Amino acid sequence: MGWFTKTKESIVPTNLWTKCQKCEDAIYNKDLEKSLHVCPKCGYHFRLSVSARIGMLVDEGSWNEIDGHLRTADPLQFKALTSYSERVERAVDKSQALEAITTGLGNIDGRPAAIGVFNFAFMGGSMGSVVGEKIVRLVDRAIEESRPVLVVSCSGGARMDEGVLSLMQMVKTSQAFSRLSDVRLPFLSVLTDPTTGGVTASFSMLGDVVMAEPGALIGFAGPRVIEQTIKETLPEGFQRSEFLLATGVIDMIVRRSDLKATLCRLLDFFLPARAVKAISSEIPETADADAGAALTL
Amino acid sequence: MKELPFEHHLLELEKKIDELKSLSKAHFIDLSQEIQTLTAKLEKSKAETYSNLTAWQTAQLARHPRRPLTLDYIAALTEDFLELHGGRQWPDDHSIVGGLARFQGEPVVVVGHQKGRDTKENIHRNFGMPHPEGYRKALRLMKLAEKFDRPILSFIDTPGAYPGMEAEERGQAEAIARNILEMSRIRVPIVVIVIGEGGSGGAVAIGAGDAVLMLEHAIYSVISPEGCASILWKDASKAEEAARALKLTARDLLDLQVIDEMITEPLGGAHRDPKTTSGDVSDAIGRHLERLRAMTSDELLRLRYDKYRRMGVYTEKVNGE
Ligand SMILES: [Zn+2]
Repeated sequence: MGWFTKTKESIVPTNLWTKCQKCEDAIYNKDLEKSLHVCPKCGYHFRLSVSARIGMLVDEGSWNEIDGHLRTADPLQFKALTSYSERVERAVDKSQALEAITTGLGNIDGRPAAIGVFNFAFMGGSMGSVVGEKIVRLVDRAIEESRPVLVVSCSGGARMDEGVLSLMQMVKTSQAFSRLSDVRLPFLSVLTDPTTGGVTASFSMLGDVVMAEPGALIGFAGPRVIEQTIKETLPEGFQRSEFLLATGVIDMIVRRSDLKATLCRLLDFFLPARAVKAISSEIPETADADAGAALTL
Repeated sequence: MKELPFEHHLLELEKKIDELKSLSKAHFIDLSQEIQTLTAKLEKSKAETYSNLTAWQTAQLARHPRRPLTLDYIAALTEDFLELHGGRQWPDDHSIVGGLARFQGEPVVVVGHQKGRDTKENIHRNFGMPHPEGYRKALRLMKLAEKFDRPILSFIDTPGAYPGMEAEERGQAEAIARNILEMSRIRVPIVVIVIGEGGSGGAVAIGAGDAVLMLEHAIYSVISPEGCASILWKDASKAEEAARALKLTARDLLDLQVIDEMITEPLGGAHRDPKTTSGDVSDAIGRHLERLRAMTSDELLRLRYDKYRRMGVYTEKVNGE
């Protein structure tokens, strides 16, 4: 750390090094890339760009983005300090993306999947109409092609600028995953730092397996809101992945270097399902294990 | 009696009329002329005030301390209410109530958020802000309704799901998500009535039904005006502006096609005439139940799916544009 501080001025402009946000160690960028953006010293998981995430999970040449043509509208003509359309424009500039999720079809070590990756750089990965629509179309496509769904979440929750329409995306997306479940296609949900609000309170907690990267902030309410409500400081590690594992909220913590292999193991376990049916308006009586719950009332 | 700033002059007028009335009674003097004039003035003033409410004033009415609450509606609308407390989770959550009842003679299951009337009640009810076990209790009751083929009435009135440590530890997000998913496959009609505050995910968790009705002065929003103001304006005192921007009134939601019907309130709001209000709510629920009951379960589920599938506004750009 001392070394980094001393040489900071001469090092930073060359963009060869990145400082770890946790241990403050300086990491050579080439090394960081090799380690999938995980600090080699302390294991801190840096936030990953969408392209890097797709690059690490999806087989080269197999990625096909879908629904990239969906664009944000401004149904409320929303204006706070700046207007929503200005905020969107700025987000597009900043993130070099058109919305807060990228969806597509690709193979994970040869296993075809339907994949969605949130982009935190675009308005905090917030879910508005476009994100909701893209997720539903992804699930529809998965059902059509009998693919499992993987969503890597990274989101502050519902997007305020689209008001109650953002809120309704929670219903719209969750019910789509209910259909996926009805045809027994697996949904693997990966939560990364941070995932909170309307995204955790809808589809991202509904995975057949819900896993998180180490040290990720995951919760319904943000820590600041909780602190303001209870007028106490939250203990260290509250709402982090390790805490969620301990409270039974998530199934497992997966290090980034193990993620692809873990996903493959899970997919191999679940697929092919015993009876994958084509989509129908009829909800099968024994859609999944949950359906049996009514009998235990 | 608690009042809102814009109610003040109306309450003054009402007080004056009452004084004149008792004066005239006590002293056997005829003040009918004066009373009539003041009453006319009051009605005119009321009409002006309540037909031009701002979004922020509506939010205040939605949270009015005297506004009828879920248990008031259950008492007024149903007979034979039998409260069931068991969410089979620890502990019982008093901010969600529910049970069996008869609505217009037919057995139904009711659930709803319950706020308190005063500080003591509000502490007991946690200000109508549920923990996960509250949502799980509501889900258990909804599944019970499904098992015995009874429709569900769900009353929405919450500032939001409780943002506390225990709530997080017990999986607040998962509880809300699970309810939304399960509601999308419950095979009996679900009629939702937003009676006061529809606070974000905490409201949706028991709000994803076939018909969503909303009282005229209720609000329904992705975030409270105060919360939105402190995040986007960096200033909580801009709540009034945030309320307007969020489009959270019943009329807004009707325009956005998020609700199916707005139930008009008596002049001055539900709390000024709870009897008329509950009568109108009862009529509206009855109408929608009749419509929904005529459907098969498959139809019901398909239409429920389509209803939410359509929500959202975006554009599709063709290549080269
Ligand atoms: Zn480090």
